[in-house]
Amino acid sequence: MSPLIQELIEKALVVGIVTHGLLIVFSFCTLIERRVLAFMQFRLGPNRTGPQGILQPFADGIKLFFKEEFIPAGANKPLFVLAPAVAVATAFMSTAIVTYGGALTVPAFGFLPEWLQGRVIELQIADLEVGILYLFALSSLGVYGIVMAGWASNNKYALLGGLRSSAQMFSYELALGLSWVPVILVTSSFRLPDIVAGQAGWFWNWNCFVVFPAFLVYVVAGTAEANRTPFDLPEAETELVAGFHTEYSSMKFALLQMAEYVNMITISALGVNMFLGGWNTGLPFLPPTAAYGLVGFFTFAAKVAGFLFFFFWLRGTLPRFRYDQLMHFGWKVLVPVAAVFILVTAGVLAALA
Amino acid sequence: MTGSLVQHAVLLSVVLFTLGALGVFLRRNVITIFMCIELMLNAVNLAFVAFSRSLGTFDGQVLVFFVMTVAAAEAAVGLAIVIALHRHRDTLDVDAFNLLKW
Amino acid sequence: MIEQILFYTLAALALVAAIVVIAQRSPIYSAFALIVVLCSLSGIFAILGSPFIAVIQIVVYAGAVMVLFLFVLMLLNVQKEADDPGGSKPLRTAAAALAAAFAVQVGLVVARARFASGPEQYEASTRKVAELLFSPTFLYVFEATSILILAALVGSIVLAKRDL
Repeated sequence: MSPLIQELIEKALVVGIVTHGLLIVFSFCTLIERRVLAFMQFRLGPNRTGPQGILQPFADGIKLFFKEEFIPAGANKPLFVLAPAVAVATAFMSTAIVTYGGALTVPAFGFLPEWLQGRVIELQIADLEVGILYLFALSSLGVYGIVMAGWASNNKYALLGGLRSSAQMFSYELALGLSWVPVILVTSSFRLPDIVAGQAGWFWNWNCFVVFPAFLVYVVAGTAEANRTPFDLPEAETELVAGFHTEYSSMKFALLQMAEYVNMITISALGVNMFLGGWNTGLPFLPPTAAYGLVGFFTFAAKVAGFLFFFFWLRGTLPRFRYDQLMHFGWKVLVPVAAVFILVTAGVLAALA
Repeated sequence: MTGSLVQHAVLLSVVLFTLGALGVFLRRNVITIFMCIELMLNAVNLAFVAFSRSLGTFDGQVLVFFVMTVAAAEAAVGLAIVIALHRHRDTLDVDAFNLLKW
Repeated sequence: MIEQILFYTLAALALVAAIVVIAQRSPIYSAFALIVVLCSLSGIFAILGSPFIAVIQIVVYAGAVMVLFLFVLMLLNVQKEADDPGGSKPLRTAAAALAAAFAVQVGLVVARARFASGPEQYEASTRKVAELLFSPTFLYVFEATSILILAALVGSIVLAKRDL
């Protein structure tokens, strides 16, 4: 078999595993989020479908699938249908750049074809030279799904929700991008594998300790970028009914929801890669054994789970911002802090060089 | 091989530029005219990138960078002007803006 | 081979979308068509060996400038243009003829020109572009653009704000 086809098969495998893995993580995120929130509010949460409610995501999926597909009169039909597709496509495409762990050596199982045995697979779909700039580009494209959904619904609440949401993502994207710059300066590379490799060794080498203010800005801006509480104004139900997805039902609603959760997972995974040491355990006395690839993957997964739990925790704890407060906070606090810290980092690096 | 690719890229750039210019002539909505100008700028960017590929240098890339900066600044100021015009005239038809002062 | 197929597909997409941009009466559709043009051009940039410019194209144009356009279109609730194209018909015909003449003329020049195919391995990576951008040749221009952006920022706020 020619090397090109081998590589294509390998990449197709990785893409398939990542996509389906994300779908599974997404569906259980909805369940775990509801259970965690219920626990924080002294309720029980969904616990009837299967043991501990473990089948609840499937029940929800089936329910949404069989609901009526409703397109409001006066809606712009092509854009109305296109919007969830754009949202989901950009959300999934942005996961291509994330490193899910170090290189993994395929064990020499007999049933595998010859060339796959002992092959070293990078746990990343695309190792681009432009690196996280690609993610920045896709997250700015993701805004269109929301703008389209809001505009095509022919509903004032949806339009206002869409406008609010895009203005919010637009403003916080700036702070998000600025919070990456100190990390890029420290690593002097855009590639995520380099950034992760730069944080090897003891855990105090992790960027969240090295460039702490940037990490804070990232967490806040990332929360806003994923439209999570306390920044979930686009769907503030007391003001806007349900924001840009007011008119969406059935599978289209599920797709919009899926895009939001996948975005949240990407933000968490990227935060782990850039600030929390990626798949490094932070304990250098653990020897890099043959199974180290798997250890790396599980370290990464545990950190992402922690990050996601933090998002759920925020939702159970904090009230929502007012819209003007949100904008003021983004433009007058986060952006200046991030910009000044870039100057500080550059100055320190120049002084050390 | 690459030579013909470069040539076709420049041809595409010519056609896109012409389409943009045609849009500026024929459309009446200020914002559409604006978008046609963006289209023309992009056609020029494509030519820059193609030439820089053909010559094997990076100057074209840097010029594209500057074109984009100027385009972004132009879009911000231009749209602000459009909003101000719309506030005064309640229309976006270019033919309605025929006075220097009102 | 794959490069060629991708290039011509993206070029066709860009052409069709560009025609939609200028033929569409509803500005919102024009804007979405322009986004398609920008994205396919970004793909073409990547094929021509400029990944950095390709990404910046999406970030700046598709991500920032076009969102601004859509914002204004939605805020002003822009309607379709009237069916009557307005203006004088001879002028419009002349404009179309001139544009066609321009396209044919420049197109012929380009079609006859011989382009060097450039080095076999060409990749304008971020690092190389940045090194040139911050080299003495372009450094002052680069700093000047920052002043330009600041001026645009202040100017657009002054223009768009109802009362300061």
